Amino acid sequence: MENLNLILPEIFISLSIMFLLILGVFKNDSSKITFNLSLFVILITTIVTFNETFSVTRETLFNESVVIDSMSSLMKIITLIGGFLVLVISSTYLKTFKIYNIEYPVLILSSILGMMVMISSNDLIVFYMGLELQSLALYVLATYNRDQLKSSEAGLKYFVLSALSSGLLLYGCSLIYGFSGSTNFDIISNQLNSEEYILTFGIVFILVGLAFKISAVPFHMWAPDVYEGSPTTVTLFFTIVPKVAALTVFIRFLYVPFLNLIDQWQMIIVFLSIASMVFGAVAAIGQTNIKRLIAYSSIGHIGYTLAGLATASNEGIQSSIIYISIYVVMNLALFSCLLMLRRKDQYYEDIDDLSGLSKNHPLLSLCMLLILFSLAGIPPLAGFFAKFYVFKAVLEQSMYFLAIVGLLSTVIAAFYYLRIIKIMYFDKEKDKYDKDHSLWLKFSLTVSTILILLYFIFPSRLVEVVSRINII
Amino acid sequence: MNFPILSSLILLPTVGALFLFFIKEKEGNNTTIKYVALFTTVVNFLISIYLWIAFDQSTSNFQFIEDRTWIEGFINYKVGLDGISILFIILTTFITPLCIISVNNSVKNRLRDFLIAILIMESFMIGVFSALDLVVFYLFFEAGLIPMFLIIGIWGGARRVYSAFKFFLYTLLGSVLMLVAIISIYWITGTTDVVQLYEIGIDVKYQNLLWLAFFSSFAVKTPMWPVHTWLPDAHVEAPTAGSVLLAAILLKMAGYGFIRFSLGLFPVASEVFTPLIYTLSIIAIIFTSLIALMQEDMKKLIAYSSVAHMGFVTLGIFTLQQQGIEGSIIQMISHGLVSAALFLTVGVVYDRMHSRLISTYGGLVSVIPKYSILFMLFALASLGLPGTSGFIGEFLILMGAFKDNFLVAVIASIGVILGAAYMLWLYKRVVFGKLLNEDLKKILDLNRSEYFILSCLAAPILFFGFYPDPLINTIEVSVTDLINMHNTNIASK
Repeated sequence: MENLNLILPEIFISLSIMFLLILGVFKNDSSKITFNLSLFVILITTIVTFNETFSVTRETLFNESVVIDSMSSLMKIITLIGGFLVLVISSTYLKTFKIYNIEYPVLILSSILGMMVMISSNDLIVFYMGLELQSLALYVLATYNRDQLKSSEAGLKYFVLSALSSGLLLYGCSLIYGFSGSTNFDIISNQLNSEEYILTFGIVFILVGLAFKISAVPFHMWAPDVYEGSPTTVTLFFTIVPKVAALTVFIRFLYVPFLNLIDQWQMIIVFLSIASMVFGAVAAIGQTNIKRLIAYSSIGHIGYTLAGLATASNEGIQSSIIYISIYVVMNLALFSCLLMLRRKDQYYEDIDDLSGLSKNHPLLSLCMLLILFSLAGIPPLAGFFAKFYVFKAVLEQSMYFLAIVGLLSTVIAAFYYLRIIKIMYFDKEKDKYDKDHSLWLKFSLTVSTILILLYFIFPSRLVEVVSRINII
Repeated sequence: MNFPILSSLILLPTVGALFLFFIKEKEGNNTTIKYVALFTTVVNFLISIYLWIAFDQSTSNFQFIEDRTWIEGFINYKVGLDGISILFIILTTFITPLCIISVNNSVKNRLRDFLIAILIMESFMIGVFSALDLVVFYLFFEAGLIPMFLIIGIWGGARRVYSAFKFFLYTLLGSVLMLVAIISIYWITGTTDVVQLYEIGIDVKYQNLLWLAFFSSFAVKTPMWPVHTWLPDAHVEAPTAGSVLLAAILLKMAGYGFIRFSLGLFPVASEVFTPLIYTLSIIAIIFTSLIALMQEDMKKLIAYSSVAHMGFVTLGIFTLQQQGIEGSIIQMISHGLVSAALFLTVGVVYDRMHSRLISTYGGLVSVIPKYSILFMLFALASLGLPGTSGFIGEFLILMGAFKDNFLVAVIASIGVILGAAYMLWLYKRVVFGKLLNEDLKKILDLNRSEYFILSCLAAPILFFGFYPDPLINTIEVSVTDLINMHNTNIASK
């Protein structure tokens, strides 16, 4: 008998999703209770994941198709906390657009479930199942504000392109299966050897599919449009949660089944990383919409995360995970600011709307200032340490070119972050924005800004947690 | 463990800034805010004076060391002082309160935020001069960009946005390569602790590249020709207090970095690249002095003169002679005082006339004599008249240069003459001549606070000009040991 306790969180979430759906069908006007119940579910799941799996070293289930180890539990916790905070700060926004329905929390829960399956997968089929579950939920979420043209367009675009990339992924998987005769990661790892050249095709297809999911250049085209069109809270969800899950899968693929093929994939990852860092920095300069700008900046940040992965070392993986964790906090903070730009039931998302913010809203703009400098990677804020760890790992492998290009692109990126700060602090002020924000929004902004600002006092804590992750 | 006096020196301004953050700013009544800021910085100055008194001048070992684990197994938070760094810290803590007194007239809006930025800036600057770990140094070095960017951008003049961006991006671009070098040093030697690195040394084959990476950062910050162009812009647009901080202290970070890191860590590479530094310094001295001659804007003229003076500093450091390095340090301290004073004197007339153009003025001596006398003192100190601190620095540097390379020294001496030319000409055009501008007749002489600030600056300039022993005694042992260490490193190669 398998030890089902280990996947208790997944089972619990699936049952809750079914229950919430039934509740929605039979009870009128149940959106508020569904929201609260889903928050409760995520909370419980987080606690269970925290308790059950942090003690486990490495356990496998169901013929080794599911793996629970320190990486999966950490990433699940980040995913869950991210999902929780997104859900909790969404309500005002959704109410404004009159889309405060039961589907929203249910969809978020199911995509989280899909991501948890992805994170734990140790088998091509389980992985694909999880991926599709989360993607389907995300398509619907992207078009959630269905009365708006842009939202529908975003959802459709996302659906078509994402389906294409899933197809590529699946094709890659079938090639890999053909060569190794198994769908299990560990067996694939033992079966594959670098003699087979067609095998490289399989790897490339899988990497392309995954690069699409984390929007690395040159598979990023969907990101700016989808990020701009989707409802802001969904954009927030897109920029943090699926990225964490996709990054985990990325790590799992590179370092379990393809571990012996480093020569084949290392150059690809280095290319993806450099392209994303440089393109993300350059393309963001001309943007006028904050959500689009965030899309390009997130492309850049993914580049830095990939730089860590390209090193093929444990330090590199750990640095990537540190990077993505800090990135999640920074993005959460940035979007909390964005959600506060509301005036009489209208949300503002152009950079010019920030003009002179510091006069009327000194605290909000101070938070934003810190977040932007942190995103630019200026010490002593958290964003600097994220980059620092990554480049430390990169330089350990003597990959000087990658490090120098990466750091130079931070200078380019600094330009557009500075531009926002300039608009907030140096330009003429506009009308005041509303100040009656929900408590949760204020809470998430305060906590994340404090984390960013004071990270430098105890930088070892995060390193300690992450250093338990040893994949290779 | 003893009381962490150095950390409290670093932290105190930030604590003061935190206090200010919670004081509400009222229209027209900002005395509380100013007094809190002033009190913090004065206390900090007293602590640093105490450090100077308690400092043991007979050893070159680092003192007041604090060493704590920061990122486990990787970086320690390590700070400490030797004879070289303590002078820069005192310069910092001395200049900052004067800046705060001077904001009376120049900063009209958002005074509280301005003072917060200045206080935080002070923390970072003290941190730079006391850091004994490369990563900690980098952290403070870079962090200073944030408040300075805001100071220039929010409270600056007409082209403030352009200048703020230029300042930020230039310096950031310079320093990212230094970050690569710092991490590489960690992987080559296994530590970023400066004291340990002094002992174990860095393999010769890496030194040249690492030296260049550090150089890229310090050259921008110094600033050396041809990457000096951010400085005139930043200086001109920054508010007076910002220009003072920039000229008096920020530029010294690079000179200090050259002595502490480039010389100390990469002795062989420093020898290799001495001709490069000589060339750039000479170009800086002659070329920017000539540019300074042609300026019509007073602040710009002083900014270019800063570049020329820093050219002397880099020249002196890389003579690798006792006199040269000591001269450079004294020149940096003296330039810190003199350029601060000059910017403040320009600030005084700017506040009254709202023009920085030389042509606006002329004949000031007949209306504001007190001002004219002090201005003359600072102008003479800037050109290095004997009896002012400027002379000691320049003289020692040239002495060191003559020992090392005759030709370089001769050319540099021409720079001294040019320095005298642009400074005296500036003074002549502003203070002497006929009083043509009618508006000038109503100009007021120095008020009490301005008089106080300028006298505070004039006193040490004169004192150290006649009696430089306190400065020289403090740095002597440290410099001697630095040169000995350098020579043994070269000899063993």
